[in-house]
Amino acid sequence: METFLRAITDGVLEGGVYGLMAVGLTLIFGVLDLINIAQGIMVILGAYLSYLLWTHLHIDVFVGLLITIPAMFILGVVIQYLFIRPLRGRERTSMSLLACYAVAIIIEGILYQAFGSNYLSMNTYWTSPQATVKVFGYYLPYIYLLGFALAVVFVVAIYFMLYRTQFGRSVRATMQDHTAARLVGIDVNRVAALTFGIGVGVTAAGGMVFGELNAFNPNTGYDLISRLLAIVILGGMGSIGGALGAAVLVITLASLVDVYWNPEWSTVVFYGALVLVLVFRPQGLFGRKEARAQ
Amino acid sequence: MRSLTLWRGAGLAVLLAVVALVPLAGNIVLTQVGVLVLMYVGAAVAWNIFSGFTGYISLGAAVFFGVGVYTVALITKHLNLVGGAVFALYPLGGLAAAAVAVPFGLIALRVRRHTFVVVTIAVFFIFQLMAYNFSWTGGASGLIPPYLNWDQATVYNPFYYTALLIAVASAVLAWAIWGSRFGLQLRAIRDDEDRARGLGVRTMRVKLTAFVISGFITGMLGGLYFYFQSDALPQYAFNPFFDLTIALMAFLGGFGTLAGPIFGALLLEPYLGWAQQQVTNTYAAQIVLGALFLIVIIFLPRGILPTAAEKLTAFRAIRQRRAAGRATGPPPGLPVGAAAAGSSPEPTTRSAS
Repeated sequence: METFLRAITDGVLEGGVYGLMAVGLTLIFGVLDLINIAQGIMVILGAYLSYLLWTHLHIDVFVGLLITIPAMFILGVVIQYLFIRPLRGRERTSMSLLACYAVAIIIEGILYQAFGSNYLSMNTYWTSPQATVKVFGYYLPYIYLLGFALAVVFVVAIYFMLYRTQFGRSVRATMQDHTAARLVGIDVNRVAALTFGIGVGVTAAGGMVFGELNAFNPNTGYDLISRLLAIVILGGMGSIGGALGAAVLVITLASLVDVYWNPEWSTVVFYGALVLVLVFRPQGLFGRKEARAQ
Repeated sequence: MRSLTLWRGAGLAVLLAVVALVPLAGNIVLTQVGVLVLMYVGAAVAWNIFSGFTGYISLGAAVFFGVGVYTVALITKHLNLVGGAVFALYPLGGLAAAAVAVPFGLIALRVRRHTFVVVTIAVFFIFQLMAYNFSWTGGASGLIPPYLNWDQATVYNPFYYTALLIAVASAVLAWAIWGSRFGLQLRAIRDDEDRARGLGVRTMRVKLTAFVISGFITGMLGGLYFYFQSDALPQYAFNPFFDLTIALMAFLGGFGTLAGPIFGALLLEPYLGWAQQQVTNTYAAQIVLGALFLIVIIFLPRGILPTAAEKLTAFRAIRQRRAAGRATGPPPGLPVGAAAAGSSPEPTTRSAS
């Protein structure tokens, strides 16, 4: 029973963090109609940035977010402006995907060049043994709780932005129909750039928590992006609530497999669930059919 | 027009002859790189038969490749085959990959565009994970083929000619498909799948057939790779870079064209092979590859060959128009170019845009 409860808590709390990263991905998909394959490596980049700030400037990772999030936001806007916006024509969809892939390769190469391929783990206060709290008879690190709280704060902020601000209204309009949004006077290019920035910006927060929880190297980005993609598709592409729900669901499931079977197979749960869902419900668990129509 | 076809045929024959003579130069490194180049030509052509013709971007070609690698590796191991007998197994590797392609395609081809890409990536990771975790695949330490006690100087020649055979055969197959009814159906799916279906194309069956053909060729190449590289390791048999590289080759040369993937592979693989030799700086090579990718996408979105062909046609048209203008005689006082521009609205609109 204890292991079961532990697996569930770990899964839900970590799932929240994955949910945050997946929300960025699904937001970008909804507005720009492209899958940001680079999201995984950007999470890792965020982790490395937090690591750098901590080891060289001794800035606490949570305070460091004040620097890394704007930095990642700017990176996202620049990438959108330089590589995504110029794409036109019939093959735009596949081209934008490949452009993101290329960006991912470049970032990965730079990270390898700068940090090597050794696994890094952060040695901050949050990873030390005293930063834990006892629940259900075992020690739960604070970072799980704080990471989950951080994810909740960001997701609430994104929801607030989407449903309570003028900018959010234009984002939702753009998600529904590009042409119509442009006709009513929305600067679709600006909305797209800012959305890409926001989607990439949240990876700084996600990456920080991920880095606190796991050891990472530049190659970890592949593992992450495939998990995130599975989550986003499971939840239904472009559905923010779906991404959150699917993230908590599959991470909890993987966590259970971890405990009861074998950690090496927990990844299969992701893809197995994905394939199963696609066979019976191609639009994803929470997706609407129209949202995927061409 | 007939002379053009003749020139093309002659050019192809010369190219083939040169390629076939490469191993006779006796340079072992050259032959070794040549095997990889030809393998990638074959893989890019195979990828293009499905993805290029139908417009479904698959990043799961490495699934077929890996299945081919492991099929040949496992049969070799259990039957204790040695020497040239292993070469006979390549079609079996292809068949196994084709058998995998059927359920893979039945699941993945239900969805389109982005979702399709993601599903292919997901299936790819499932296979890589299985290769790592099952005991009969040898796990992370992989499988090793029997030692080849052939003459060191010419050891790669059989691999070279097998790869050449597969590459040429797939190129011919792609060419045959391109002009056939089947090829037209594939391209109709690429242009507008719903309309193609409305016109009576059995889209699922057609897509699946192309997917299986593409898988068969890639699987054979996987078998070849296993014996050539002397290992079956999960990270090389199921390599995400493989997917990306062949996609880049096809896009570089010209996505969905016949010659594009061949050209792209011939251009790119030597660079990649060279980059792999630079052990100290592989990451710089990776950054260059990504940058190259971006440049192609932004500046040559249709690939080198189609863009070049377009420029050539435009150049020919201008020259022809000039020649025609000279024959009829330009109006006095007007330069030749202006007369040509006046006779057709095209150049003016082009300069205006």
